Amino acid sequence: MSKDADAGEETDDVGVEPAVDADAATIADAAGTTNAASEENASTAPETQDSRVEREAAETPPDVPLQVRNLRKTFGGIVAVDDVSFAVEAGTITGLIGPNGAGKSTTFDCIAGALEPDSGSVRFNGADVTGFRPDQIATRGLVRTFQIARELPEMTVLENLMLAPTDQVGEQLWRSVMPGARGSVIDQERELRERVWETLEFFEIDHLARQKAGALSGGQRKLLEMARALMTDPDLLLLDEPLAGVNPTLEEKLLDRIHDLRDQGYTFLLVEHDMDVIMDHCEHVIVMHQGSLLAEGPPTEIRSNEQVIDAYLGGSSE
Amino acid sequence: MSGEDRIRDGPRPDGGGSADSSGSVGGDADDVSAGPESVADVLREAIARAFGGHDLAIVLATLASIYGLFTLFVLVANDFELTTNTINAIASTLRLLTFFAASYAVLALALNLHWGYTGLFNIGVAGFMAVGVYTMGLLSTPPDATSGMGLGLPLPVGVLGGMIAAGLVGLIAALPALRLEADYLAIVTLGLSEIIRLTMNSSQLSSWTVSTFGFGTGGGSGLNLPARPTDALFDGGAGEALLTVLTGAGIRRSIVVDAAYTLVVVAFVVGVYWLLSRVGASPFGRVLKAIRDDELVAQSLGKDTRLFKIKVFIVGCALMGLGGILWQGSYGYVNPNSFRPIVTFYVFVAVIIGGSGSNTGSIVGAILFVGLLFEGPRQFGGIVQNAMDLGSAPATFAGAVGPLFGLDPIPFLAYALENISALQFVLLGVVLIVIMQRRPEGVLGHRTETAAAIDLGVRPEGNAPAARSGEEPTSRPDTTAAADHGGETGGDGDE
Repeated sequence: MSKDADAGEETDDVGVEPAVDADAATIADAAGTTNAASEENASTAPETQDSRVEREAAETPPDVPLQVRNLRKTFGGIVAVDDVSFAVEAGTITGLIGPNGAGKSTTFDCIAGALEPDSGSVRFNGADVTGFRPDQIATRGLVRTFQIARELPEMTVLENLMLAPTDQVGEQLWRSVMPGARGSVIDQERELRERVWETLEFFEIDHLARQKAGALSGGQRKLLEMARALMTDPDLLLLDEPLAGVNPTLEEKLLDRIHDLRDQGYTFLLVEHDMDVIMDHCEHVIVMHQGSLLAEGPPTEIRSNEQVIDAYLGGSSE
Repeated sequence: MSGEDRIRDGPRPDGGGSADSSGSVGGDADDVSAGPESVADVLREAIARAFGGHDLAIVLATLASIYGLFTLFVLVANDFELTTNTINAIASTLRLLTFFAASYAVLALALNLHWGYTGLFNIGVAGFMAVGVYTMGLLSTPPDATSGMGLGLPLPVGVLGGMIAAGLVGLIAALPALRLEADYLAIVTLGLSEIIRLTMNSSQLSSWTVSTFGFGTGGGSGLNLPARPTDALFDGGAGEALLTVLTGAGIRRSIVVDAAYTLVVVAFVVGVYWLLSRVGASPFGRVLKAIRDDELVAQSLGKDTRLFKIKVFIVGCALMGLGGILWQGSYGYVNPNSFRPIVTFYVFVAVIIGGSGSNTGSIVGAILFVGLLFEGPRQFGGIVQNAMDLGSAPATFAGAVGPLFGLDPIPFLAYALENISALQFVLLGVVLIVIMQRRPEGVLGHRTETAAAIDLGVRPEGNAPAARSGEEPTSRPDTTAAADHGGETGGDGDE
């Protein structure tokens, strides 16, 4: 599998070299802030031919971990996502908004690997991850939550969080069973337990630790999902409507947590259709409408964009 | 029905009473109903308190109550005369019970790994058993056997080979089937199990020659198997001496010899339980539980669920092969009829009674199933038949029902008792429906058997002591409760 992927990346790198430069430039333009960095990288790219990793790093500006290019997904005759391209900068909270049926969740599923796009590409941290399985994408540091919280109901909150970290030695069957090898498993479990409790405290759900996740309220489940996603130690978190069905107090809390984490260096892409939340909390906003990209820019710009206002007030069923 | 009541009233200790993790919210469904149910509940609470959720105590108590019941059956049948005959009858009955319970326990544990832990709906248990037994037979049966032929290799090679073969067949089934949704996996495994049985039955394979070796499954007439290894223990030395002493005391030789083998099967139950408990209480087991609950979530957290499912399927199938060898492989002879789909169904019933997802529950379920549903009705029927002289039973159903209109229930009763082995299926169905309705989580399925190699409830030092407040999520937890709430086995509801 990894061999195939490598081969794919190799050819991709060679084939679209000019296009990449152009792309990087447009993205940088759109982002507005990373012009210098990306141009520098683009210009140095031809000189550093020796390793694939270096080329990849050069090709994608280091502070743009996620790049979506010309993404397209159809279901039968319906075009759910039509030629969507955008980028997410490192250390930002980027909002993806749009009325119901705009294709936000489908875009999300295509990025996270739950759906395979018909065409277009998704690059994450410099590597092409288009069409990868969800677990391959997650292990690379791109982790998602779900629109309707998908807790693991028959497992306790503690188990839910303990599940998440990647590279657990105890996930190898023989290590978990063999008497000699189990020591290393137990050591790692202790370390993880510490992190789990810290994370639970951070989200203020430590008093629910021993409950089965299925017994939590809707809002608590959202917190649990985010805590669990965080336990994988991701670079970028895809949050699919993290605030849907959450009461205002909890909503504030969740947003506080997102800001805290952003300050710690995490990057967020969140889908939301509450305009106010997006406008108040995101540095960069992407607006989708009927499957295509309608507008992109900082909140102030989006707020005054005529097309966006039309889409929301005129075309939306909400 | 006695069986049904026993199951409801039988030992059903709750890890933490009805106050399991969600107890504060909904509680047990049984709590809602009043009347006789509440009596059962009180009883259950009391039992729960007495055992405090210790697994070994639960298993032993279940076994003891089944033993008690059957001892009573035999005593009643012998009019409470404590002769050597009666003691022999009791010993042989309990021996048989233990043997069946242990055999079903191995199978139930294996199925629980598939179905209870991982949610893989494998209804081909009998097929994997057959692969195990037949492979063992073909490897270890002496080439000069009267029916079927083998290579005559040492028995451990045969047993290991049987498990490996069952695991490999599991792998072959898993590769395409695990991509399917649960229901389709069920159909594939059921189909596979029937294909295996019919293949064993085929006369084409009954014997053929590999170079100079005769080789074959024996077809419909079955396959001779090597004798139980424990039998040889009594052919000399200390074993023979012990046997002489015991037979001198009036105990039949066959009981002693069979008991020795039964102990081996029980030892295997302990081994498999140990193995699967370790699998369950590990990060590997955690991923299995996650796959059962929501596979996409597990994938989204970076777990390659395909690999986990394939591994678990192989291990479970190998253990089913082992279960088959321990049980059907111990009679010295096997034929394909022993592996009808009904066997799979029985194992499922055992797991359901015990509570899917609990290893201890699988053993308890196997004991209860064998005692109350598998062997119990036959014993009970025999006793009633002997105790009440009902005369000869009518030959037809009409003959049995007809006199009912004349308010004469005797022919009907006689007919029912005569056909009790058929009525067992009715009883089985009724029990299943009752369990599914009243207590779908089985005897022990409600417990939280934490999938971790350590006790997760212990908070790291330097943090605020653990608190268990039922307060709003916004309030910081207070410091009322101690950190060491909830042991590893008892789940989280110990208070």
